[in-house]
Amino acid sequence: MATSITPAREDSPEAGELAPTRRGRYNVLTRYDRRVLMLMVGIPLLLEIIFIWWPTLSSILLSFTNYDGVGDVGPQNFVGLKNYQFMFSGYTLFWPAFFHNVIWLAWLAFIATPIGIFFAVLLDRELRGTAFYQSVFFLPVVLSLVIVGFIWELQFSPTEGFFNNAFGLTKANNIIDWLGNPRINLFAILIAASWRHVGYIMVIYLSGLKSVDPTLREAAKVDGANEFRTFFRVIFPVMAPINTVVAVITTIEALRAFDIAFIVNQGKNGLELLSILITNNSISEASLVGFGSAIAVILLVISLGPIIVFLSRVMRTTS
Amino acid sequence: MGDSRDPKIAGSSERILIPGTGIELPVDFDLSRRDMLKIAGYGSLAAFIAACGGTTPTTTSGSVTAKGGSMSIGSYLSDAVPKKGLQDVVDAFTSANGGTKVKVNTVDHGTFQNTINNYLQATPEDIFTWFSGHRMRFFAKKGLAQPIDDVWNDVKSNFTEGFAASVKGDDGHVYAVPTSYYPWAIFYRKDVFTAGNYKIPTNWDDFIKLCQQMKKDNLIPMAFADKDGWPAMGTFDILNLRMNGYDFHVGLCGGQQKWTDPKVANVFKKWAELTPYYSPAFAGLTWQEAAQQLRQKKAGMYLLGLFVSEQFVSGGNADDINQLDFFPFPDLGTQYDSEKALDAPIDVYMLAKKSPTLGTDSGQAKAFLEFMSKGSSQITYWKASPGAIPTANDADPSQYPALTKKAAQIVSGAKRITQFFDRDSRPDFSGPNAMQGFLLRYLSSPKQDTSSLQGQMQSFWDSLTPE
Repeated sequence: MATSITPAREDSPEAGELAPTRRGRYNVLTRYDRRVLMLMVGIPLLLEIIFIWWPTLSSILLSFTNYDGVGDVGPQNFVGLKNYQFMFSGYTLFWPAFFHNVIWLAWLAFIATPIGIFFAVLLDRELRGTAFYQSVFFLPVVLSLVIVGFIWELQFSPTEGFFNNAFGLTKANNIIDWLGNPRINLFAILIAASWRHVGYIMVIYLSGLKSVDPTLREAAKVDGANEFRTFFRVIFPVMAPINTVVAVITTIEALRAFDIAFIVNQGKNGLELLSILITNNSISEASLVGFGSAIAVILLVISLGPIIVFLSRVMRTTS
Repeated sequence: MGDSRDPKIAGSSERILIPGTGIELPVDFDLSRRDMLKIAGYGSLAAFIAACGGTTPTTTSGSVTAKGGSMSIGSYLSDAVPKKGLQDVVDAFTSANGGTKVKVNTVDHGTFQNTINNYLQATPEDIFTWFSGHRMRFFAKKGLAQPIDDVWNDVKSNFTEGFAASVKGDDGHVYAVPTSYYPWAIFYRKDVFTAGNYKIPTNWDDFIKLCQQMKKDNLIPMAFADKDGWPAMGTFDILNLRMNGYDFHVGLCGGQQKWTDPKVANVFKKWAELTPYYSPAFAGLTWQEAAQQLRQKKAGMYLLGLFVSEQFVSGGNADDINQLDFFPFPDLGTQYDSEKALDAPIDVYMLAKKSPTLGTDSGQAKAFLEFMSKGSSQITYWKASPGAIPTANDADPSQYPALTKKAAQIVSGAKRITQFFDRDSRPDFSGPNAMQGFLLRYLSSPKQDTSSLQGQMQSFWDSLTPE
């Protein structure tokens, strides 16, 4: 094959010169350029492999073992699909945890996120004291979810907490066990999670609304559309990129839900979540690393869905 | 029993007779034939045991300890009160041992416990704080703890046989020095009992009647809190011990007995007679909140460990702690009542085999373990942190307040002693997404037919990799 149509090699005399490639394009990269490029691609790639791909692949590998975290993994540790088999058929907490994640997602998607968007739309109308309201709603966002968990744990405490005392339930001896009753405690911590999530969505959406061309609204107004129609027919479609971001954030928040439930009771008694099952099984003293990894793999597979959707969107808009 | 304290810890279906005492002592319930086979499977462990056999130092007291130098302790005593207790002991040790420099690395208690596996495999300190029971034997078996038979030979005369049994690994070597313990019992306020004219119940019927009476008197009869997950295990332990006996209980914790056994169903049935008298919304309460119910005279009784006294001390009212008293769990009219079995967890100090500095600090670390075995050192710790009782025979009990004396007494009166469920069983079985969760599910409707729940407990146990 003629050198002229292969990509220029470092040692070839014409390296760095304009050499036509197989596709007929010209290689404009000098040797130096390629070194820089290699470093710029190679270093992130190396980091990516070390910190993302290696742990991910290790997790997948470990999920086929009964490794207990002591010593090295050996061939005797491999147990095939036993962990998965037990997870789906024997482990009574897997499906509750799975559905708690689904409920979490549904709550955020249909309640918390719409409220956040609603607040953003209201605040976008240049009300008096907008800045004040913005900071009030945004305040919880600067707190870590762990702190949010501590704060709401105190509010929900059966005898000492704000809710039961404010409604006089402790006196009437009608105590509502917000965090201990497995039928309601998930919703109690969802309220806590929403407290933060609403502000987060509000800020993101608000910044998106600010960048919407005001002439669009005027045009809609001239055409006689009311506020409601203007938002749903004009503004909302224009906000498509922000909408995607909000949808992805909401999904990620639901999948990574962990902190509040773990603070409240280490994620038991109705607060089981996939992330918590992973932690309690593999990172805690229990050290069921193999089994915990199997749950982690399932969470990874579930997470791939929104990741792929998000990436394909991003790729499409950039290309 | 002649001795003031003579706890017999950790046991099994197999027993040995201690010569000259007439005491039958259960040994190493984990070391069944099956377990021996499992141990044989751990190649590295076999090598480890062989290595130990060859290198166990001679046991003259001068040769195992060293003065001066330095050593380190990894401590989970992260609460202010016990943390100061350890510092007091360390200071005393430094001045008594030729100025040995001691580095104490204190880690939050829960974090320490959760990360212990990694901690012991990475770069642990020379000495670490830990518990007796299954959890101690587990790390001994994994080769992460250093046997201390030489230290034990020097100090064993200062401990009762029960404590001696509690620090032995499955291989017969000693792995820890026991330094303090505390019993679980039913706590109450003397003034509340006097005001209500309540009598200490000694059998189940009287106990339930007392609960009914307290309910009429607008008290919460039994304070109870299970948000933390582990407190419910205390009630399960004592009911199972009294109804099915010590051997069955340790067999159940160790996997030799089945959770599907009707005997377990009976425990849950009996428990359901007591649950109507529990604190309302107990699944959302912490043990501290329930302890406050008792302190504030809102609740009549509370089954918990001696550490409940911390909440009475921290309230700031000196009378609170003087009013605190306790009685042993009432008899259930079974043949096992006479065992007077109870949970009395023992705290220990161990050597971390993988410590990078243990090679040079071994003498100092062993000197510290010997120092911790002295009654005087344990009293130093106890003075700063009175929630647990010293283990050494020569610890001077004359300074104990009535509550501590009584606690020591109730333990010595028990013929069988367990360590508490999460110390007697596997950590992977007793965690929040395992036994703690199962018990909370039981407690959410105690009258339920428990057979499916028991089936789930057993299938979870069966799913665990044999240790």
